[in-house]
Amino acid sequence: MKTFHGGIHPGGHKDATAAKPVVDLAPPSELVFPLSQHIGAPAKPCAAVGDAVLVGQKIAAADGFVSANIHSSVSGTVTAVEKRLCPNGIPSECIVISNDGLNKTAPPIDGYTEDYMSLSAEEIIGLVREAGIVGMGGAAFPTHVKLSVPPEAKIDYVIINGAECEPYLTSDHRAMLETPTDIIEGLKILMHVFGLKDGYIGIENNKPDAIERMTAAAEREKGVNIHIVPLKTKYPQGAEKQLIYAVTGRRTPPGTLPWQSGCVVNNIDTCASVYRAVVMGRPLTHRIVTAGGSALKNPMNYRAAIGTSFEYIAEASGGYKSPPKKVLMGGPMMGAAVANTSVPVIKGTSGILFLDEAEAYVDREAPCIRCAKCVYVCPMNLQPNLLDMASRNHDIDMLKRLNVNDCIECGSCAFVCPSKRRQVQQIKVAKVKLREIAQRAKEK
Amino acid sequence: MGIIMEERLVVSHSPHISGRDTIATIMRDVIIALIPALVAGCIVFGLRALIVTLTCVVSCTAAEYIWCRLMKKPNTTGDLSAVVTGMLLAFNVPASLPLWMAVVGSVFAIIIVKEFFGGLGHNFMNPALAGRAFLLASWALAMTTWYKPGTVLPLFGAPDAVSSATPLAAYAAGGNMPTYLQLFLGNHGGCIGETSALAILIGAAYLVIRRVIRIRVPLIFIATVAVGTWLFAGSGGIGTGDPLYQILSGGLMLGACFMATDYTTTPTTPRGQIIFALGCGIITVLIRVWGGYPEGVSYSILLMNIATPLIDRATAPKRYGYVKVGKEAAADEK
Repeated sequence: MKTFHGGIHPGGHKDATAAKPVVDLAPPSELVFPLSQHIGAPAKPCAAVGDAVLVGQKIAAADGFVSANIHSSVSGTVTAVEKRLCPNGIPSECIVISNDGLNKTAPPIDGYTEDYMSLSAEEIIGLVREAGIVGMGGAAFPTHVKLSVPPEAKIDYVIINGAECEPYLTSDHRAMLETPTDIIEGLKILMHVFGLKDGYIGIENNKPDAIERMTAAAEREKGVNIHIVPLKTKYPQGAEKQLIYAVTGRRTPPGTLPWQSGCVVNNIDTCASVYRAVVMGRPLTHRIVTAGGSALKNPMNYRAAIGTSFEYIAEASGGYKSPPKKVLMGGPMMGAAVANTSVPVIKGTSGILFLDEAEAYVDREAPCIRCAKCVYVCPMNLQPNLLDMASRNHDIDMLKRLNVNDCIECGSCAFVCPSKRRQVQQIKVAKVKLREIAQRAKEK
Repeated sequence: MGIIMEERLVVSHSPHISGRDTIATIMRDVIIALIPALVAGCIVFGLRALIVTLTCVVSCTAAEYIWCRLMKKPNTTGDLSAVVTGMLLAFNVPASLPLWMAVVGSVFAIIIVKEFFGGLGHNFMNPALAGRAFLLASWALAMTTWYKPGTVLPLFGAPDAVSSATPLAAYAAGGNMPTYLQLFLGNHGGCIGETSALAILIGAAYLVIRRVIRIRVPLIFIATVAVGTWLFAGSGGIGTGDPLYQILSGGLMLGACFMATDYTTTPTTPRGQIIFALGCGIITVLIRVWGGYPEGVSYSILLMNIATPLIDRATAPKRYGYVKVGKEAAADEK
């Protein structure tokens, strides 16, 4: 079974929602669209307070190349452009739209066509860019940037990431079961962008039904080879570098991007969104969200309008069994804890987990006993024990020598740590410190 | 620690779940793994072995507790590491050791070796082994007087009985040597916890299954001693040694399974652990074959403990995806 070196087995916790079909969630009366919900420059509002907007209408335009358009997911009126609390914990500019409930749709994006083989790579990337598609696995990196590889790049592998290795999350799993052809068509579009006849979808073997469904869909394809690659169930199987290694056997060198190793990786929902943008002219306005966690009464998978508040999703799931003590956007390994439940679903929200008091418990840190478990599990071959110490000691030389910037922040080290040390937090602090030092050196 | 916001949600950094292991569960596993050797010690040397072990465990825990109180630090005895140190120290002394010496050795191990350097995780030498070395240097006679198995030792007072030689001393002197079976079961002179290879291996197997230790360190350590003593420890020249006798006697099994696998004082990198185990094996052979002592396991481990920071530094794992410049093209073609 294909996999990578290191990693952990945190347990799936997926039973609560894996068998539950995706439910279309009616949008709430008010939706909030942060202008910065992707990596790169915040989008610039192109709708003003009082403007009437339609479903799929662009309300904020990408500001520069590494940025993304934002579209309304409802029809209604812009009621405010103001600072609101965002999932990252920082109040930042948001467009607030009052939903009129009429669901009036804007015209589709210009240039879409079912005959995507007649489109050039540039035209497809243009459609993807116009649709505001970003990586929907959580990182939210603009997809058109990922697809715009330099002319000297030779791409050999287009890989779709169906590993979904984060515990609790089942949104990609459900997408593979319910819309396999959207995913395959999306993959074919991406293959066409790079002029390839082969495409790959990596799926962890804890989802045999998804592997089966996707294999059946892949076998119907003529003229192209869609390879469904079963992967060992191990965290972080879905991390980009680890997935590339498992599928292709290639190790991406430190400090390089996947295209430099001839690979392009995209998430399942991203891939389906590419299909909807190119073939149906639909911008990214909705996404699949797993709502779960010990505090939630009825864990579910939703197709939610972007801008829907976490609170609203909790209410739709029957409210709480017990008071939530910690609320996460994303999975428990790499997700971020949000400050309160008024924050909206954004393009990178793969799941929302409401954790009860017991699950929210934060362990007290004990001294490192040098057990080396973190060294064994680190998928990047780092020494988290020493990084943790170097960060606390502000030892910049040591941090550099230990290659702190190689860390993918998967959290495997902190998960296995018997002393419950928060290595990832320390590493993140160290990375910021190094960035500031580099910035200052540049200014001089 | 998390920051509490208005709605009283906990905000902390990812990951938000963690494994079941804690320091206390790991130490509990080590204690469980040491019980077969303790039982064997009690069978071979009588209940006195249990009394010595309990003395060491209680003194180690008390020393740590008192230290924490004096230094106004949180009480750390709940992590059970002092219990492990106490058991290991007791396993490295003869059952006949006067109890007050056991107390002194325990206090030395905990206060001087462990707490003076910052407590759990910061000591650079194995506290139990350093305690043993301290006792050996201070009261050499009491530490090297061995009694025949089955001798009834008084539970608390000073023993007065016929002494015997350890198997390694017998080997060196050409004396009356025990059979392999006696060695394997532990029916011979020696320290409380070191005589029964069987009991130690049962404990070690438990630790490997529970993934507390990795098998590579004990395996390489023991294999190195086997090869080295086969080559050099024989009286008939190179290759006439008796490796089986050598690995079953002395403190090798106990040291290789329980002391060379101590987390804090041994390397954290996989390659470093291999070098550490090889080094322990080589030093053990040097001491056993050419040194003044018949036994060299504890000093070999202590010496390698000192080398651990250097080994760690020299054996950092290779960076993921790292290729030497120039080989990049070759790697791409594969």
